[in-house]
Amino acid sequence: MSETTGLLLEDVAIRRGDRTMLAVSAHVRPGDVLTVMGPSGSGKSTLLAMIAGFLDPVFAASGRVVLDGRDLSGLRPEQRRIGLLFQDALLYPHLSVGGNLLFGLVADVRGRALRRRTAEEALREVGLDGCFDRDPATLSGGEQARVALARTLLSQPQALLLDEPFSRLDADRRQAVRALVFGLVAGRKIPAMLVTHDHDDALAAGGPIVEIGGASSTV
Amino acid sequence: MTDRPAVAVSPYDEVPPARGRTARAAAAVPWLIAGLLALPVLVGLAGAALPAVGYLPAIGGTELSLEPFRRLFAEPGLGASLALSFASGLATTVVSLAGVVVFVAAFSGTRAFALARQALGPLLAVPHAATAFGLAFLIAPSGLLFRAAATVTGETQPPDLLIIGDPLGLAMMAGLVVKEMPFLLLVVFAALPQADGARRLQVARALGYGRIAGFGLGVWPAVYRQIRLPVLAVAAYASSVVDVALILGPSMPAPLAVRVVAWAGDPDLTVRFLASAGAVLQVGVTLAVLAAWIGLECIGGGLCRRLATSGRRFQTDAAVRAVAPVGVMVAGVAVVAGLAALALWSLAGLWSFPALLPSSLGLATWQRALAGTAGAMATTLVIAAAAAALACLAVVALLEGRRRSAGGAARSSERVRLQPAIAGLLYVPLIIPQVSFVFGLQVLILALGLSPSLCLLVVVHLVFVAPYVALALADPWFALDPRYERMAASLGHAGAATFLRVRVPMLAGPILIAAAIGFATSVGLYLPTLLIGAGRLPTITTEAVALASGGNNRTLAAYALLQTALPFLAFALASLVPALLARNRRGMRPG
Repeated sequence: MSETTGLLLEDVAIRRGDRTMLAVSAHVRPGDVLTVMGPSGSGKSTLLAMIAGFLDPVFAASGRVVLDGRDLSGLRPEQRRIGLLFQDALLYPHLSVGGNLLFGLVADVRGRALRRRTAEEALREVGLDGCFDRDPATLSGGEQARVALARTLLSQPQALLLDEPFSRLDADRRQAVRALVFGLVAGRKIPAMLVTHDHDDALAAGGPIVEIGGASSTV
Repeated sequence: MTDRPAVAVSPYDEVPPARGRTARAAAAVPWLIAGLLALPVLVGLAGAALPAVGYLPAIGGTELSLEPFRRLFAEPGLGASLALSFASGLATTVVSLAGVVVFVAAFSGTRAFALARQALGPLLAVPHAATAFGLAFLIAPSGLLFRAAATVTGETQPPDLLIIGDPLGLAMMAGLVVKEMPFLLLVVFAALPQADGARRLQVARALGYGRIAGFGLGVWPAVYRQIRLPVLAVAAYASSVVDVALILGPSMPAPLAVRVVAWAGDPDLTVRFLASAGAVLQVGVTLAVLAAWIGLECIGGGLCRRLATSGRRFQTDAAVRAVAPVGVMVAGVAVVAGLAALALWSLAGLWSFPALLPSSLGLATWQRALAGTAGAMATTLVIAAAAAALACLAVVALLEGRRRSAGGAARSSERVRLQPAIAGLLYVPLIIPQVSFVFGLQVLILALGLSPSLCLLVVVHLVFVAPYVALALADPWFALDPRYERMAASLGHAGAATFLRVRVPMLAGPILIAAAIGFATSVGLYLPTLLIGAGRLPTITTEAVALASGGNNRTLAAYALLQTALPFLAFALASLVPALLARNRRGMRPG
């Protein structure tokens, strides 16, 4: 049981006061994308916040979240090794593109030269070769989303949570960024969860879909 | 995974113990810091109250008696002093706020408004004393205004009028209004977005209300709720001001606070009992002003509600709109023209009455002033830099403690704000008259046998500097998108690294501006510096105000400009440094 790989949600329920907002059990295997859909206010983002360790104290959660056999209960967010992507890229405006990537890169990669090479390699991987010294504010929305993805992957997450990360992008860029994200998730063999309103996103993710919003769901 | 028993109570239900303790500790920090900053006020009040009833063993007062108060009420002209203090507090506040309200009502959201904001910002750097000196050089019988009039009327002698130091204190109140109106306007600027001013005004106008009425009835009540403490601080300050009163106010009799300071400095130590009684009475006068102001608030609020429910739309408000800019413009122009007058006087050679400009210019005054003030400037700089730095540390700890205990990075749904009780505690040193509790602190220092030192001065300055730093930093501190820090945590960075590498650099601009405001506040402090320094640690401000009675115009002008230069430099640095740091970072530019 503790040897299960991937992201395991065991009888997870989130309540606000007496009301149970959502209840879900799921197992996301490495390389899979579980899509969570539901109307606004159904608690999709709250579920991701709970998994990442940022649950607003007005909510109460029960159940277990297990990542590659590791029970995440009580771990601080920075100890969970769960990557997050929001609909805004949230690149740090005071750092260059490269600075943002190095901020994300794990400390195990040592030495200035090696760190820089690793970051540049990651930029190449998302199709932004040579942007290391750019000001993030000068990038387009799609480019910023790619940098945010590269930054998150450099932190070597063991799972990825995607909170409507494509919703701010226009249709063309959306498809390209989506393909890039899902390709990298599959390539790295990490479990991912996607919260979205958009059925195309869900289809492109190619994994199981869970609808939340009151009823208990199991995948 | 089916063999697990159902989880009744999950670990998520309880905050892990370490985090619980941290959160509780974080919640205590704001109270601790705000309490420490308010403590000197309470201690100082006790230090003033005990001698006021005859108890001050250090100079032989061991028995409780009402003798100090009997002596106080027997002082000639006490009634007039009280009336002056009361009127100054109330009139300054009414006039300043009225000018601000009509200005904002007529112009909010327009280009003129944005311009006014940019133009008035730097005026915050001009200290009270320098503003008062500048105004004196404008409106005195031999000042620039009468010189300009004389070019028309052909007069060759300055008119024989008592303008500076008029017995009604009108010049003093004018000096206060000129300084406080830009301050209140900037406070309103900061409050407007939170009151959702632009949209509320649109709604009111779409309902058919004129601009002035739409703003006054639809937006102003929400704005006023936010700026109430600064307004009360203005009322308290104006009712107990000393430096502006020494420069522009009447002397026979002077307002109460000025007389208390004179008594406190009397070489006959037994006069301290009288000074203590005066300090206690000053608290009463200031509280009376605040009570009267709160009465006016009630009347104004009732009137607003009545007008708002009457259905009248007040669409014809062209006349009000025409006069609306007058108050703020006069205040702004007076400060700037006053600085120009100071500059002219500091460079003037011979400058006889009707001439608009000096007949010769030179640097002799500046050579003497720079040589004579080097020590005072250094003292001012050291105290202000130390007080501003310490205030920033204390305020950052306070705000961060508040943010973390309110859910910290976990909460994005609602905006964190300082609890009203903490904000009130922070404002205590600005509401209780300086002369009352600082005098009490001086008495205590005397009783404890401490001698004036830079450290003591820095601590006392900190009490006045921290509230303004907190006022400036709270909004940007709580407004930073918490997802930036969530992102850092999800990338594996712990709290301290996130704080130093994300929060501090992203808020470098607001932090430096808050530090500059603190620095400017410290430079401008007259009374605490005078009383706690006991004349042994002069700053540029105490030196400049000391010249008010019978000083040489040219020296005085140079001193007032030096006093203004320090805060200006601080503000210039505070805006230049972040701009330089962010020169390749478009996302870091304000606006």
